[in-house]
Amino acid sequence: MQGFASEFSAAMSLILEGDSELWSIVLLSLKVSVFAVLISALIGMPVGAALAVARFPGRRVLIIVMNALMGFPPVVVGLLVYLMLSRSGPLGVLELLYTPTAMIIAQVVLVTPIVAALTRQVIEMLAEEYSEQLRSLGVSRLASVPVLLWDARLALITALLAGFGRAIAEVGAVIIVGGNINHVTRVMTTTIALETSKGNLALALALGAILIGIAVAVNAIVSTLSLRAEQEGLRHA
Amino acid sequence: MIRKFVRAALVTLGLTVTPAVAEAPFIVVQSTTSTQNSGLLDYILPGFEAETGIDVRVVAVGTGQAIRNAINGDGDVLLVHAKPAEQKFVADGWGVERFDVMYNDFVLVGPKSDPAKVKGGTDIAAALTAVSQAEAPFASRGDDSGTHKAELDHWASAGIDPTEASGTWYRETGSGMGATLNVASGMGAYVLTDRATWQSFGNKGNLDILVEGDPRLFNQYGVILVNPEKHPGVRAAAGQRFIDWLIGPDGQAAIESYKLDGQQLFFPNAR
Repeated sequence: MQGFASEFSAAMSLILEGDSELWSIVLLSLKVSVFAVLISALIGMPVGAALAVARFPGRRVLIIVMNALMGFPPVVVGLLVYLMLSRSGPLGVLELLYTPTAMIIAQVVLVTPIVAALTRQVIEMLAEEYSEQLRSLGVSRLASVPVLLWDARLALITALLAGFGRAIAEVGAVIIVGGNINHVTRVMTTTIALETSKGNLALALALGAILIGIAVAVNAIVSTLSLRAEQEGLRHA
Repeated sequence: MIRKFVRAALVTLGLTVTPAVAEAPFIVVQSTTSTQNSGLLDYILPGFEAETGIDVRVVAVGTGQAIRNAINGDGDVLLVHAKPAEQKFVADGWGVERFDVMYNDFVLVGPKSDPAKVKGGTDIAAALTAVSQAEAPFASRGDDSGTHKAELDHWASAGIDPTEASGTWYRETGSGMGATLNVASGMGAYVLTDRATWQSFGNKGNLDILVEGDPRLFNQYGVILVNPEKHPGVRAAAGQRFIDWLIGPDGQAAIESYKLDGQQLFFPNAR
């Protein structure tokens, strides 16, 4: 472990000096994961909300499956997406394997169940609270979904952050479908895996420190935004 | 406000993510971790890319996985080191033709304390026999990679089936070369590695080269174009151009000139 401190400080200075290679990796990580979370929100929120208000046979089973999918192993997701996108797979003609798009798809599969399950929980509680009001206004259950989603928006941001946390920290799926190709699909986590396998443990650790920094920064920005939105809401009320 | 923010984010991301997908000509090379982790490809590829404008995208995995990915058509060129498996790949029709590219050698690395007393030996089979008799920890790739296949061949030539001791002194990591070296470094185990990965490995700890120089430790790399008749999506022209360059004078000279800490890691031997 000799030279660990010096290697670590060298890695940290790379970060502070704004090494362009490093920052393009950081940027790609953010792009892929933010995009994945946005798509997951578009799918997961309506699905979660619909599951919260609708009543139909098999609903309980669906909820159980959705909750279980929150713990879907990323490697398995990576493998499934690989099999779909491989040239021998059904979607091979799209030539998406080893592109950032493939990584986004894998992360959407991982994140959507989290967003959907957390949304369902939030909306179910809210729907109970509003049920009399909505009924007196003659709003049907499904028609109340947009209203409920809008009123729960601050709580839903937490669901998105949970999804973002899973996406940005994930390595098993993106390394399979992205291939960890330099300048094309190399993101923070796959770089950390690569540097670890080269035995550059200090550099890997320094990259891990940036990853944590990003997670903290994103959470701080979002919580500031939502706090401001809340205050605005109070002023209007 | 949120909607405006989301739309702005989508536009920014959409503009910057998609161009990376559809752009200049490129090929996907399925290769092994040793060519990438040693820095060889980072060193030689810019020369080819500048000359041809073809971007080379390297997916570095174990030889076994690289071959399977190529069989699925998920690569245009295969650059690996397990000659029998490569020949089978071509014989089965998945590849067009196999060419020798370069070689280096495997070395047996182990703890400096050397509990099996193999240091200085040049006979890999004798060294492995000593390791098994001492029941000293041995870290195996266990991942069907080129190095793993070579290691199993050496055990076979020593007349030993180490998998019987799996979980005791024989430990299969199921990971890449670097990850396995990290394991060996952590538990003071013996491990068979290609010299290039060892040379460039940054976490040597208490490990050192103990056995080298056995002719059987020879490690040949080959390159194969994935058969476009099996997978019409294969970028055959660009892939062939890369192979021609790699086994031609320019590529061979580039391989020859790559040195790490003053030591040459790969020796070109295309015919």
